[in-house]
Amino acid sequence: MDGLDSAVAIIVGAIRAGTPLVFAALGELITEKSGVLNLGVEGMMLIGAVVGFIATVTTGSVFLGIVAAVIAGMLTSLIFGFLTLSLLTNQVATGLALTIFGVGLSAFLGIRYVGTPISGLKPVEIPFLSDIPVLGPLLFGHDLLIYFSFVLFAAVAWFLYKSRGGLVLRAVGESHDAAHALGYSVIGIRYLAVMFGGACAGLSGAYLSLVYTPQWAENMTAGRGWIALALVVFATWRPGRAMLGAYLFGGITIMGLHIQALGFEVSSHLVATLPYIATIVVLALISRDATKIRLNAPASLGKPFHPAA
Amino acid sequence: MTQISRRTILAGAAAAAASSSLSPAFAMDPLKIGFVYVSPIGDAGWTYQHDLGRKAIEAEFGDKIKTAYVESVPEGPDAERVIRQFAAGGTKLIFATSFGYMNPTIKIAKTFPQTSFCHCSGYKRSANVSTYLARFYEGRYLAGIAAGKATKSNVMGYVAAFPIPEVVRGINAFTRGARSVNPDVQVRVIWISSWYDPGKEREAAETLISQGADVVTQHTDSTAVVQTAEDRGVFAVGYHSDMSKYGPKAHLTASTHNWNGYYVDKVKEMLETGKVASGDTWGGFGKGMVELAPFGPGVDDETRKMIAAKQADIAAGKLHPFAGPVTDNEGKVRVPEGQSMSDGDLLGNNFYVEGVAGKLPS
Repeated sequence: MDGLDSAVAIIVGAIRAGTPLVFAALGELITEKSGVLNLGVEGMMLIGAVVGFIATVTTGSVFLGIVAAVIAGMLTSLIFGFLTLSLLTNQVATGLALTIFGVGLSAFLGIRYVGTPISGLKPVEIPFLSDIPVLGPLLFGHDLLIYFSFVLFAAVAWFLYKSRGGLVLRAVGESHDAAHALGYSVIGIRYLAVMFGGACAGLSGAYLSLVYTPQWAENMTAGRGWIALALVVFATWRPGRAMLGAYLFGGITIMGLHIQALGFEVSSHLVATLPYIATIVVLALISRDATKIRLNAPASLGKPFHPAA
Repeated sequence: MTQISRRTILAGAAAAAASSSLSPAFAMDPLKIGFVYVSPIGDAGWTYQHDLGRKAIEAEFGDKIKTAYVESVPEGPDAERVIRQFAAGGTKLIFATSFGYMNPTIKIAKTFPQTSFCHCSGYKRSANVSTYLARFYEGRYLAGIAAGKATKSNVMGYVAAFPIPEVVRGINAFTRGARSVNPDVQVRVIWISSWYDPGKEREAAETLISQGADVVTQHTDSTAVVQTAEDRGVFAVGYHSDMSKYGPKAHLTASTHNWNGYYVDKVKEMLETGKVASGDTWGGFGKGMVELAPFGPGVDDETRKMIAAKQADIAAGKLHPFAGPVTDNEGKVRVPEGQSMSDGDLLGNNFYVEGVAGKLPS
């Protein structure tokens, strides 16, 4: 097999491996831009993964499974929203608890579904276009959720920087007191942002359990929620960089596998750590301007808001 | 993060309460037996096979025994707590089924000399701690034969967790099995540095297939590799459990392990003598501790017969998967003709045999 084919395989693999991170990171990015730090991404992903899987097995429709996963992720995030926004609990502790809750609940819900085979969402094959060498597999051979992730990225970027709603969201994240004084419902907007984050995490989980490895297995996200969280911070809350980071992470993981399979002399431990190191280095380099980091970071991140206070 | 199943804790507590309240009425309390599992039982894999063994002793001894288990016990302090809880609660026979439980088991065994402990896959023993393991490599060797016959590209992929002797031995046995029927076979290995990550296992399998592998197998704990093979139209060899339902067409066979016989033996010994005599058990096909899963459609009749004959030879001790000459993949003869690799060398296996591509990570 020639080098070009390998390169194509790596890029396609990178997009597939990066897509769950893209979903989860975009969702968390919106949540954090509103000033709420939700560390429960991993838990919401697991609940999305298991609910999506159960819904697919029950209804026979992958589409309904994905919808169910999105709703499940959203409902899970509402628990977090209610606790932190209405009851003003500590966001870090609540988020961690949400992850632990998600790990446990998903394992419990999924116990009868471990090992149930499903066919999952298949890549779309576009006649002729998918058969073009190089460009075909790069552009036309993906599954629908990957295309949707491109759309979602564009929508999030447009919303944040080009829409009035995005401006309000960022204002709430920067200074909730000022936004409140202007008459915006800080709590309401944060609820919406948290729910969007939950929906995206649920979708990310569904990508894993319905598309990437169509099966349910306990704890199958294997830490991807935490990686998505880290990506948001290292991308300095910029959707483009978060997406780049996700693909970079996926790409270097896949490249490491290719290098090993070709029999090159590399330490498997190094290969396993390289994606983390490379992603952090690259994102740190492109966002090394301290002033811009301060400008991008939501100033009210993690701070509770009470209108009467 | 502890993931001890609340359900089992409750069940255990209820069982303990029930037996203590009933004890005056019965002269003979049932023998309490505890199992410590490293992962969820699920429906395939390492822990699943051990739990089949637990069910086998329940079926065999009925109300003479009472079993309990705790699943998803992380190796380390949590394991120590769970094992101690079992021992302190009057459990007389404890099976600790993961390598990382070794030190806690030895430590707790000192405090509870009347309790017998059996630790799977470790090398430390004491007066009341026995060890046991199965010769998985025998199954790997035969699975390699099925793979060597099935491959067209003569490239096979192996998704592996960590470069420890146990895993390396499996890769070598698989390779030697394949090359015993097809000397042109090359095995490519990807280490994913994780025992369990379905996503990464799939990525590794996809990578190997994209590099021309038409048979893939794994030494990790999920079923993702078999599933990937099915999706991509290549063959797969399962591990731990029969994984054919994840790849009805892809699944050639699987190297599985069966602890039922061992557990029944030890419980019997316990019931008769009140303890398990310390020792080591390392059994293969001969003791029924290793088995092959039923063959899939990719294995022809001739190969099935041949594998059955070789299995009988291995069980009878006439065929050794590492019979000399054993050459490493740099051309050095490690075991001369006429000898077989010793158990000690097998347990410390730290080189790739001829036919495995690349260099073993140190």
